[in-house]
Amino acid sequence: MIEILSSAALATVQDLGRTGSLRWGVGTSGAMDNLALAAGNLLLGNELGAAAVEVPVFPFKVRFAEDCAFALTGVDCAARLDDQPLLPWWVHQARAGQVLTLGLPQGGAQRGSRAVLCVAGGIDVPEVLGSRSTQLRGAFGGHEGRALRRGDVLRAAATGSTFRTGFGLVPPAIALPLERDGVAAVRVLPAAEYMAFEPASREAFWAGEWKITPQSDRYGYRLEGEPLRPIAPMELRSHGIVPGVIQVPHSGQPIIQMRDAQPSGGYPKFGTVIEADMWRLGQAPIGSRMRFIETTWDEALDALDEVRAWLDKVARVVELHRGAPR
Amino acid sequence: MSAQTSSTSPSTSLLGTTALLFEAPGDMSLPSQQRIWALAREAETWPEVREAVPGMNNLMLTFTRAPRHLDALRTRLCDAWDSATALPREGRVVELPVVYGGEGGPHMADVMAHTGLGIDAVVELHSAPLYPVYALGSHPGYCYLGGMDPRIATPRRKVPVLSIPGGAVSIGGAQTGVSASAGPSGWNTIGSTSMVFFDPAQDPPAMLQPGDMIRFRVEGIVR
Repeated sequence: MIEILSSAALATVQDLGRTGSLRWGVGTSGAMDNLALAAGNLLLGNELGAAAVEVPVFPFKVRFAEDCAFALTGVDCAARLDDQPLLPWWVHQARAGQVLTLGLPQGGAQRGSRAVLCVAGGIDVPEVLGSRSTQLRGAFGGHEGRALRRGDVLRAAATGSTFRTGFGLVPPAIALPLERDGVAAVRVLPAAEYMAFEPASREAFWAGEWKITPQSDRYGYRLEGEPLRPIAPMELRSHGIVPGVIQVPHSGQPIIQMRDAQPSGGYPKFGTVIEADMWRLGQAPIGSRMRFIETTWDEALDALDEVRAWLDKVARVVELHRGAPR
Repeated sequence: MSAQTSSTSPSTSLLGTTALLFEAPGDMSLPSQQRIWALAREAETWPEVREAVPGMNNLMLTFTRAPRHLDALRTRLCDAWDSATALPREGRVVELPVVYGGEGGPHMADVMAHTGLGIDAVVELHSAPLYPVYALGSHPGYCYLGGMDPRIATPRRKVPVLSIPGGAVSIGGAQTGVSASAGPSGWNTIGSTSMVFFDPAQDPPAMLQPGDMIRFRVEGIVR
């Protein structure tokens, strides 16, 4: 059992997301940094998509009511177990009564905004429509369909000290870096209405820096930069959309759909951040600046293969550690 | 080619590596939507397709694993569209009592300003049709409806509203709908109703399905 000791603003239970219910209007939800969640689970020998706690606001504190192995991935947030400093992207063993404190996100190459707390066996909440992710809009899934609060008690599906701990990983921010002119970048495939924007706007989109405004959350990132102007006003028929889609409302300031985004929309679509780079976006802090890199279908699939290869490598490294004599 | 214009042949476009969007040609219509339902039923059996999600005269295919060669899938999709015949559905009729204007319809004035119509005319035109449910989307249990009178069409808002309540009856472009729960929206809210649209414990979880019909009954008008 894990008790939440912080007011825990906006921390939620997430897995890799809910697929198969888009036709009922149910968006995917899921971890903003899917790579951190998958790697954390691999470190513990969990299923890749076991549920974890996603923490976007710090400090954040939990108390372990019983012995429990856990892994901390995502942003390096100067975590401590009681008074002992913890390495990020590492498997640790908590003893009953110990308090885990996630401090402030650290800067540097691993700059980010969300920590992921994975526990042995995964967070044990009921599966709803095939997933344990919190569906905030629908108020179901996760822990009681809502963000966590002080006093909430979560259960790890496997407890005790049979888990191998004391090893870790080089985080993907270091293993798979991506920048343009020293600024964090993500790759984008142009979408249906791309050519319906002014040539100068299309040029400005790739050339400029974009600020992630404070009106950004798990639903979407509202960006600020050179406004994107359509050649003529557009009113589209509502259609399915996915996380990563960059919509441009009439104001000209783009909005990137994130994991809690609705599964359909009607604003013009400028492009889509490729699936392989969604974890980078999920870690982009509010107020930070970012760049977009135009990509192609083949490059975007190569990037997905690269992510899969990194996870395979993680699985092999973990296997070596877990198989090693104690 | 995009959803804003009508043409004679369908178009496809990418939603990153996650999905492919198919848009039917021509004016928005129920027969065209019935072909979309038929196309969805076929496409969801293809191995590379995780889910086939109908929109308004369009269809999104999400991938189990994105195929290297997209052209084959595009061709197959367009061929399936050409041979698809309308799949009619005999749905239920659900009546929803609506209070138009006032606190529950904060953007009624914007719709009146844009259309040049008075509140009575907007309400009369909005409550007259029997609206077929074309598709579900936006949020759990939300229904996209066909058949709105084009005289009350009003563009989506310049900046989306951060939260509108559940039961909000609104207009976005040439479409109308009812929000199933509170959340952000770019549409113009003209009234409010109450109804439970979604229960994740039910199978199916959504109360209304494509092919069902909604009638808005005028419960009141706040001037």
